[in-house]
Amino acid sequence: MKWPSRRVVLLAAALLAIIAIGMAAMHLVARPPDDLDLARSKSSANGIYAVSIEPEAEPVEQGKLHSWLVSVTMADGSPATDAIVSIDGGMPEHGHGLPTAPQVTGPLPDGRYRIEGVRFNMGGWWELRFSILSPAGDDEVVFNIVL
Amino acid sequence: MSWPLSFLRGFMAAFLAIPALSACNPNALTEEEKEIVGSLSLASLPALPADPSNRVADDPLAAALGASLFFDTGLSGDGLVSCATCHMIEKQFQDSKPRAVGVSETNRRTMPLAGVGWSPWMFWDGRRDSLWAQALVPMEDAREHGGNRTGYAHFIAEHYRSRYERIFGPLPSLAHLPRNAGPLGTVEERATWSAMRSADRTAIDRVFANIGKAIAAFERSIVPPETRFDRFAAAVASGSEPQGDAVFSDLEMEGLKLFIGKANCINCHNGPRFTDDHFHNTGVSAVPGLPEDLGRAAAVRQALDDPFNCLGPYSDAEPKQCAELRFAVREGEELLRAYKTPSLRGAASRAPYMHAGQFATLEEVIDHYSNAPDAPAGISEIEGVIFTERGRKALIAFLKTLDVPESTTDP
Ligand code: HEC
Ligand code: HEC
Repeated sequence: MKWPSRRVVLLAAALLAIIAIGMAAMHLVARPPDDLDLARSKSSANGIYAVSIEPEAEPVEQGKLHSWLVSVTMADGSPATDAIVSIDGGMPEHGHGLPTAPQVTGPLPDGRYRIEGVRFNMGGWWELRFSILSPAGDDEVVFNIVL
Repeated sequence: MSWPLSFLRGFMAAFLAIPALSACNPNALTEEEKEIVGSLSLASLPALPADPSNRVADDPLAAALGASLFFDTGLSGDGLVSCATCHMIEKQFQDSKPRAVGVSETNRRTMPLAGVGWSPWMFWDGRRDSLWAQALVPMEDAREHGGNRTGYAHFIAEHYRSRYERIFGPLPSLAHLPRNAGPLGTVEERATWSAMRSADRTAIDRVFANIGKAIAAFERSIVPPETRFDRFAAAVASGSEPQGDAVFSDLEMEGLKLFIGKANCINCHNGPRFTDDHFHNTGVSAVPGLPEDLGRAAAVRQALDDPFNCLGPYSDAEPKQCAELRFAVREGEELLRAYKTPSLRGAASRAPYMHAGQFATLEEVIDHYSNAPDAPAGISEIEGVIFTERGRKALIAFLKTLDVPESTTDP
């Protein structure tokens, strides 16, 4: 079998690049970035808190009102029991916020907080932003969720 | 092995994989597309959500009374208007008019009722939070039923006493109460209402709320009928070839792929009812001559202030069960001229479209999404997608697969 000429290979490479760019562009419209951080445990932006979130019931269903449990600890691992936690969010690709106004409906023991009234009314990439205020300081953390 | 060979192998593999990945083959759905098709199918419709604010929501006697009331023109000021005047059973419970006409013309289009029991908010702007609270609004609107609260209580006592009492217990005594009085009626009716004892007003309000609750029980039985699309989706879900009328033409298939793909319709028209139950500004024009319409921006307050809402004294719910009301977004630019995403089931045969009948045809609707005009107020969420002539036809062909034959929306 004869090797294809260098020209054929180059042409093929160019073609492949065009196809790849085209497909990537299609995906950009429809999808979040491939390397999106989907971790459910993170430290807050300024490192004051370690925060982890979990839905009260899995799987998270599109359209349903549901709750999340948020657990906040100080950098040293002790629970942040008297923090004021508030939540916001939206869809970065569509530039809109959450369809509901979720609230912390009561602190639970051990630095845990229940957030009620979350709804994701579209499929795709959502952000949940938590602001945490306690004597230790004011900090923020953003989680990505893909439906 | 030299790099050109491995590169070429990679290239060949990528090239061969393209037909399976791309949308070029109109008759193949990707796994992701199949999943979305499944999510839109009637088979994915969850059980009817409970309405804890209405303890007779699932009581068959209440539903039967509600059905009688829904079609009874006696339930109006002039004896000529019933719910069914506008929500016509043979027309998917709507009237095909741009603006509804009861006693006189209103400012909005009559909404079809199939699947309304799944909807958390009522009206185009969601100014009521339950079916029963909604039913009370047209009854007192001078342009719709044009009646009043004591009038309705007397009407029930005279025509439906035993059926009412079997469900709700004894009616209050009405003999001493005026024939026509209510907080939203004519100047005279309002004055008479104010002059009534507060206990009497509460007793009347309770009867009024119960009328709504019976009608709501009936409306919960109005479910969306199966369509060609659902038969197609069932075949897709089971991995079999669609048969008979479940077979989609190339055009319908292209329309489906656009709808759930490039055209982004699925962002809002999602789930088995093709609605996200939310409110969006889609840049639909205001109708000249009508009063300013702020959409959701004016409606949230009304829902929160409504004495017949989930948190009010006539609700059967615990406050913590009123999640929609408690977690409603109350302000923000995105509420301005935002309207509830309508279901697209049956839409093809029930023109005109939009909250005030702004568009006469599906062609005009598709052109609107393509042009994506600026909203008359607030900011439109629609990013224009230019459709080819074929794409436009394809979307319409797909919407027609969701159509329901006339008079099949039976409860
Ligand atoms: C004059 C015509 C007319 C009459 C009579 C009428 N409606 Fe309506 N209906 C409408 C219009 C118009 C809307 C939308 C109004 C708006 O958004 O402001 C509507 C909306 C509704 C909705 C909301 C549906 C949804 O998806 O949000 C329900 C439910 C409903 N009507 C039930 C009833 C019931 C029950 C009655 C009788 C008690 C009734 N209607 C009487 C015209 C009418
Ligand atoms: C951003 C959310 C959103 C997107 C995206 C969207 N729609 Fe809509 N659609 C709505 C809302 C909200 C209305 C009602 C608007 C009004 O009355 O002002 C509507 C109305 C309609 C109607 C009229 C139905 C009726 O009963 O009046 C049709 C048909 C329709 N959309 C089809 C589509 C198609 C096809 C696409 C994709 C090209 C699409 N929609 C994309 C939200 C959306």
